[in-house]
Amino acid sequence: MATVRAVAVRLAVLVGSLLVASFVVFAVCQALPGDVAQQILGEQATPEAVDALRQRLGLDRPFLVRYAAWVGGMLSGDFGSSYLTGVPVGDLIWPRVAVSAWLIGLALLLTPLVALPLGLVAAVWRRHWQGFVATAASQVGMAIPAFWTGLMLVSVFSIRLGWLPANGYVAFAADPAGWASHLVLPVASLTIVQAAMLTRYVRSAFVEVLTEDYFRTARAIGWRRIPGLLRHGLRNVALSVLTVLGLQLAATVVGAIVIESVFTLPGLGSLLLTAVGQRDLQVVQGTVMLLVVTVLVINALVDVSYQVLDPRVRTGDLR
Amino acid sequence: MRWINLVLGTVLVAGVILLGLVSLAWTPFDPTLVVPGERLQPPGWPHILGTDAFGIDVFSRIMAGARVVVQVGVVAVGLALLVGVPLGVAAAMSHRWLSDLIMRGADILYAFPALLLAILLAAAVGASTMTAAVAIGVASVPAFARVARAATLQVMSSDYMLAARAAGTSPLAAAVTHVLPNIAAVIWVQASASFGMAILAEAGLSYLGLATPPPAPTWGRMLRDAQNVIFSNPEQALWPGLAIAAAVLGFNLLGDGLRDQLDPRLRDIS
Repeated sequence: MATVRAVAVRLAVLVGSLLVASFVVFAVCQALPGDVAQQILGEQATPEAVDALRQRLGLDRPFLVRYAAWVGGMLSGDFGSSYLTGVPVGDLIWPRVAVSAWLIGLALLLTPLVALPLGLVAAVWRRHWQGFVATAASQVGMAIPAFWTGLMLVSVFSIRLGWLPANGYVAFAADPAGWASHLVLPVASLTIVQAAMLTRYVRSAFVEVLTEDYFRTARAIGWRRIPGLLRHGLRNVALSVLTVLGLQLAATVVGAIVIESVFTLPGLGSLLLTAVGQRDLQVVQGTVMLLVVTVLVINALVDVSYQVLDPRVRTGDLR
Repeated sequence: MRWINLVLGTVLVAGVILLGLVSLAWTPFDPTLVVPGERLQPPGWPHILGTDAFGIDVFSRIMAGARVVVQVGVVAVGLALLVGVPLGVAAAMSHRWLSDLIMRGADILYAFPALLLAILLAAAVGASTMTAAVAIGVASVPAFARVARAATLQVMSSDYMLAARAAGTSPLAAAVTHVLPNIAAVIWVQASASFGMAILAEAGLSYLGLATPPPAPTWGRMLRDAQNVIFSNPEQALWPGLAIAAAVLGFNLLGDGLRDQLDPRLRDIS
């Protein structure tokens, strides 16, 4: 019963968060820029022409009515149309979702696969050179911007060795091998930074397990250190990894925007940056909102799965 | 080993700040002066790090870039500190509903990383050093609010807070005289870590052209320029990247070192 209630509360919070977030996005894009109709037509336009355009774009309606119309439209899949080109924003967004989803999804999948072994080494051998090397690698990885990692990987693997393409994208359906070769470097650049960050948390989670009574008992009955950690500690570590990974999602989504720009991948990030360059606000607000919704919904799912997975959270013992 | 984080962090941070400050008065060459005849010189003398594709002295450009980084970092971290800390302290000292409201707001803000906010602001009012700094600052508010709240909760359960309350000290007075001094150390650790994040965010934004407009030199723009010649001169991307990494590493290590000094027990765990 407590679980059902907790999940219901979390979902209510999600809906509230989505409303607040959408209002912030809409307010920044619609209230800050001033008179959009005037800007489109230029300073020389007659007041009548500006009024007519304002009416055509629906800008003469009150702010809250426009907000409600925008949110209502998105709920039925209609993101509105660009003020500049008249193209429906949805038509621009949907073809690009797959590219960004592959990039973000693969990076999120690989991040724990890199961070878990590295964090384990950093924890178990924390007083030896192996642990020092692992910790230092994580520190350096966190300090390097992902786009620079991308440039360095390009200069080694594309330019010097000529193994992988430096930019561009091929759809999976068209050419699976080409698809994979175009994604290796972008995914690697995005993963390195996130894995470096996660390693820190994995390390401290494993160090904590090492000091637990149950682990000492496991050692006493004959478990060797690494198998013992994996058998008895991994589940505890997994919970904190899941939490941190949820928090890293936002950073990964944003990192993907930059990485798409480095490798000229035709994803949501490059759409967003082009739209910012043209100050195409309808496209900007639609794309930003889609990214924010993704982050908020997945974080809510992580929280809910946490409720279900961890008996202590489930029964309220942690509070 | 005990001091290595603090010492290395302090040296790197001092180096960045010093480069930025000196660049206000002097750089070896004009960091914006395009000299077509001096394009893509290798490192040597008088251009110790060589010149870029415009013939601009790379070292001068890095010095001037340090200035922008420090500027953005100070504004962003200052903003996050001034907004986030009072919110966090208030959340810890107030009724449950207000506390919940503040922390829920912080949760929502987590879904808006600096880059998304900067993109929104750049689309709405045009990109500048200020939009970048404000976006990074606002995005850092939740981190400060959380840390301040957790630290304040600890102070609230102390005997001296009980004594202060018994003596009739008002919540505001107690916050200023008892809470702030006792959470200051934790806040400085957070500020150092946030400064590192701010530098990374600024680099990303200026790489994308969403921060300080040209011709002002920034490390991110240097990398964008380097990317244009990466097939012929890949080494151009090396120096600005190293500058960013050194600056961020410096602030991260400084934060870690400060935390180790504050609480030696935490050293192994975190």
